[in-house]
Amino acid sequence: MAGTMQLQTRSELPLLKRLAVSMKFHQLFFNGLSTLLLSAGAVFILFPFLYMVSTSLKDVTQLRTNPRGLIPEHQETVEIDGKDEPLYLVNIDGVERQMALIKNQPGGKGIFVDPANPSEQIILKIDEQKQVETLDVHLENYAEAWDSAPFNTYLVNTLLITFVGMFGMLLSCSLVAYGFSRFRARWINTLFLLLLSTIMLPRQVTLIPIYILFQKIGWVDTLLPLIVPQFFANAYDVFLLRQFFMRIPLELDDAARLDGANPLQVLWYVILPQARPALLTVGIFHFTYAWNDFYEPLIFLHSQKNWTLAIGLQTLDAMYTTPDTHHIMAISLLMMLPPIILFFLSQRIFTQGVVVSGVKG
Amino acid sequence: MKQLDDGSVRTPGMAASQAEARKRGLFARFSNMSIADQEAATGYLFVSIWIIGFLIFTLGPMLASLYFSFTDYDVVSAPVWVGLKNYLGLFQDPLFWKSVQVTLYYAALSLPLGLVVGFLLAVLLNQGIPGVRGWRTLYYLPSILAGVAVTLMWLRILSPNDGAVNNALEFFGIKGPGWFNDPHWSVPALVVMSMWGVGGGMIIYLAGLQGIPTDLYDAAKVDGANSLQRFTNITIPMMTPVIFFNLVLGLIGTFQFFTAAYVAGLSYINASIGAPVYSTLFYNLYLYQSAFRYLDMGYASAMAWVLFLVILVITVILFRSSSFWVYYEGQLAGRD
Repeated sequence: MAGTMQLQTRSELPLLKRLAVSMKFHQLFFNGLSTLLLSAGAVFILFPFLYMVSTSLKDVTQLRTNPRGLIPEHQETVEIDGKDEPLYLVNIDGVERQMALIKNQPGGKGIFVDPANPSEQIILKIDEQKQVETLDVHLENYAEAWDSAPFNTYLVNTLLITFVGMFGMLLSCSLVAYGFSRFRARWINTLFLLLLSTIMLPRQVTLIPIYILFQKIGWVDTLLPLIVPQFFANAYDVFLLRQFFMRIPLELDDAARLDGANPLQVLWYVILPQARPALLTVGIFHFTYAWNDFYEPLIFLHSQKNWTLAIGLQTLDAMYTTPDTHHIMAISLLMMLPPIILFFLSQRIFTQGVVVSGVKG
Repeated sequence: MKQLDDGSVRTPGMAASQAEARKRGLFARFSNMSIADQEAATGYLFVSIWIIGFLIFTLGPMLASLYFSFTDYDVVSAPVWVGLKNYLGLFQDPLFWKSVQVTLYYAALSLPLGLVVGFLLAVLLNQGIPGVRGWRTLYYLPSILAGVAVTLMWLRILSPNDGAVNNALEFFGIKGPGWFNDPHWSVPALVVMSMWGVGGGMIIYLAGLQGIPTDLYDAAKVDGANSLQRFTNITIPMMTPVIFFNLVLGLIGTFQFFTAAYVAGLSYINASIGAPVYSTLFYNLYLYQSAFRYLDMGYASAMAWVLFLVILVITVILFRSSSFWVYYEGQLAGRD
């Protein structure tokens, strides 16, 4: 019996080893394949940014002659007999020389001359030669684009809407979330369900009467319709903050109460300091929402002095029949920068914040 | 008279101070309440900020728009009661049906695609691949950049003549479509754009995946389940609540789709809402046009209410049917 047992374990050993090796190989294969797939996706993610940066740095001529190249550059020319001729790097018997193309010939060929000695002519195939191009970056596009419309005004309006609104949202949602998380009352859970159900309500059902209301009190075409409602809490942020407040131990409240703190003091000195990550999360989400919002500014803001960046940029694009692509891309890039910078500064908040708001619902 | 703890009795002076307190009104009434009632009153006080907002910005406007939907109303003159005229008009309005069709077409393309790609991406990025945090960051990045700037960027990348995508297709010998210039391709162009932001869904699925208890996988491994079996018998059932939630919100979101379609319609290549040829006339765009361009508030309110009722019905059906295909952890009945 003992002998057969030993035999069994012996024959199992190489099997396990082989399994381990094949597992390792599998893992390696899987990692390689995944990285390959993810890299392909990364091209799709990153290319638009590259394209936007490159286009924003080109001038009108480069846009016309070389709309596809990613590097903003222009073709070097050299003056020959009073005319600017394109300069090429030609390869003659393994020696590379810079020569100018002065005339095209049938069959895709052209006459090249040495700029220093124009009488020396060589006929070569054009596509086999490389054009001499130098990097030609037009940073001034950004200033030009910014000055082409009152973007300073748009920026001030956008910042006002974003930050005053954020203040109102944080203030009201903290108070309401505190009410929903810390106090027992007969109807409070029903009210909370009612609050949650407003997430499902399409915006359009309330928007028209709200517009008419704001028009009657003279608030249309001011920033107020975009700011004031923020001071009355909203379902998403209250929900998120409440979930977070619920995780803060009640003992902390009780200790503060025993020391004579009233409910507002408990909120201010106990809950809010503990809930800083949650406040940061809803604040950041509010920033990206308000910064990018187009729908409500479009409805409420009519005169140019009240426009936001999003409205100003869209109007700039729709105004010209001949596209000012480099300017549009410059402003678009500038508009994307604050959310991108914020994203990299608070990456973990971003990814965790969505987690809380997304799943627990 | 009731004896107090220290053995003394209530003195007339105390009664006087109580009377004084009663004069102070609400606060006094508050201090006379039982502790439980005080707690409730304080809670309602905090919550009342939202209740006021709910009455002014949600319930009131909802009832008002329900009323407007039965009227002719152009904001300038008073609303005139017209009964069901707006609703009957909607069903005979070819542009209304066009907007429903455009919206459903976009939903039918973008929701399943976003679900499958976002889910698979999340599964991939939940494995121990080298550099996994960097990948997650990269894929999530575009989803924070919604709006005008992103649309203007894609309008140019998908430009039919010199756009980068058609340029790349040409390299493989394919003639690229007209994208936003072609009524047949404008919605697919918007879908391509939405796929750029697929990381938003991915991060939610990823959170769901990380919430699956690992002991389930361990138990399955002990029982000899291979990785495919573990995926179909543990991962997918455990993820159905998240998938369900995302689908419902995605569908509602599609009916509120606005900015990208508006910007593409009124851009340097097109010049009207819904262009080219109404192909991007999403439901919300037609509603916006009726309300804020034609000032036909009654008609637009009817559109809003039809949408609301449809969303309500879909949501109720989805939630009712969810017990058949959504598995909630802790819900043991019906399992096996």
